Amino acid sequence: MPRPVPRLDSDNRPFWTGGAVGELRFHRCADCGSFIHPPRPVCRVCLSDNVAPEAVAGTGVIDSYTINHQAWYPGLEVPFVIARVAIDGAPGVYLTSNIVGCPVEAVDFGDAVRVTFEQQGDIFYPLFEKTG
Amino acid sequence: MAQPEAYISGIGQSEIGQRLTRHPLLLTLDAVKQALAEAGLTIGQIDGVSTYPGKSTGYLGFSPVGADELVDALGIRATWHQGAMEISAQLGAVAAAAMAVRTGQARHVICFRTVYEAAAIARPEDYPSSRGKTVEGFSQWFAPFNAISAACWVAQYAARHMHRYGLTREQLAQIALTDRANALRNPAALVREPLTMDQYMAARMITTPLCLYDCDRFTDASTVLIVSAGDALDEVGCTPIRIAAMAGSVERHSWDQAEWMASYATGPDLWKQTDYSVADVDTVQFYDGFSFLALSWFEALGFCPVGEGGHFIEGGRRIALDGELPFNTFGGQIGAGRLHGFGFAHEAVTQLRGQGGERQIAGDPRVAVATSGGGPLAAALLLARD
Repeated sequence: MPRPVPRLDSDNRPFWTGGAVGELRFHRCADCGSFIHPPRPVCRVCLSDNVAPEAVAGTGVIDSYTINHQAWYPGLEVPFVIARVAIDGAPGVYLTSNIVGCPVEAVDFGDAVRVTFEQQGDIFYPLFEKTG
Repeated sequence: MAQPEAYISGIGQSEIGQRLTRHPLLLTLDAVKQALAEAGLTIGQIDGVSTYPGKSTGYLGFSPVGADELVDALGIRATWHQGAMEISAQLGAVAAAAMAVRTGQARHVICFRTVYEAAAIARPEDYPSSRGKTVEGFSQWFAPFNAISAACWVAQYAARHMHRYGLTREQLAQIALTDRANALRNPAALVREPLTMDQYMAARMITTPLCLYDCDRFTDASTVLIVSAGDALDEVGCTPIRIAAMAGSVERHSWDQAEWMASYATGPDLWKQTDYSVADVDTVQFYDGFSFLALSWFEALGFCPVGEGGHFIEGGRRIALDGELPFNTFGGQIGAGRLHGFGFAHEAVTQLRGQGGERQIAGDPRVAVATSGGGPLAAALLLARD
């Protein structure tokens, strides 16, 4: 079942296509170093417009998660895990994503995870797998 | 010159049901007529209209009637109106009306929320929900990962609360159990069957830790509150309920970047505007589109410390109809139906006027809190009978 497709624009293209070169990217302010997510052309900390996408390590930690049992549309396979991942190296940035590659029961708070990209058309969906 | 206070005068509510066939504009009319009759006002005395979120053309069942439309349809000569979605939360529309009457923009404002989500599913040809080929805006950060429903977003907060503070499902169950018990005493409620702890614990999961009974259900109804200026009360024939304080704060407008939901900023900000405190509150009507949201409002407003919500409602005695802090006395959205925010203010006014009938709380309630919203949406009203 194909995933819902984000509409690409100048703000979000680096994020949704970074997986083509294996990069998980977030906007970062070149003046104060803050990361900005969702991607916008302004730093919410210092109001600088000197911001640009930057690759992070692609690892993170599960801050919270839910095992989704409800099929929200016909054909959606359940159960699956939706998690809020704290992104390593980008303080304050979280990504809602899926934890894949393991049984849903194997997911827990504080688990270390690493990004894995799932391509569908132009979009590279950043999903996460447990490490170790 | 001192600004006049803002009061809720007449209130009204249409039939509450699912797959209703009555036109949503007529459901709104039913609620308007009831509110006008109670207030002793005529439509000619109405000079303002306020709603949330305005007509929702992409998903008509969510909001089939807009402020523009009501002005035109009911022949209202409006000096002020609005129907914005980018406002604190559903009850932000009432707060906006309060500001309008306090600044002299209007004297009597019809505030309404009409929902038609169940009927829209039954009659998609009349009430379409357009699913575009792509997702954008904030949806792009959730839908691509099949986090389609707000249930998935709220579940993240609820699960973390359980992990961090030890909240249990048995504790959380008290929201739904109390709602459903109270709905049995509300003849207008959508769900009028008892719910037991055993049924709750055995219910199928929607998205952990939220089960079927933690979620409200699509509903068709209209709720109206008339907000009147303090210097226009001589025209009003019912007991006015003062909007003693109102707040709608947010720090990050996001469902996943914020450590805390907006309610946790809104709660403390509400108390900054008033000499009342939590000890003065006789009843609370908290948004429960998902049960956890109601639990969080107890913490956010300081009825208990942050993290202690589960203990606070444990066993359900404290928040029962005859408890020390009666909660969602009409059944909340889980019991009475997904009225989407306005039901909480409607019930607070009902209780403060002593018109709760079989569900009327004891004593002489004078102060109530009504809230709406979850995630980045939060609005709180402190209502008082002087």
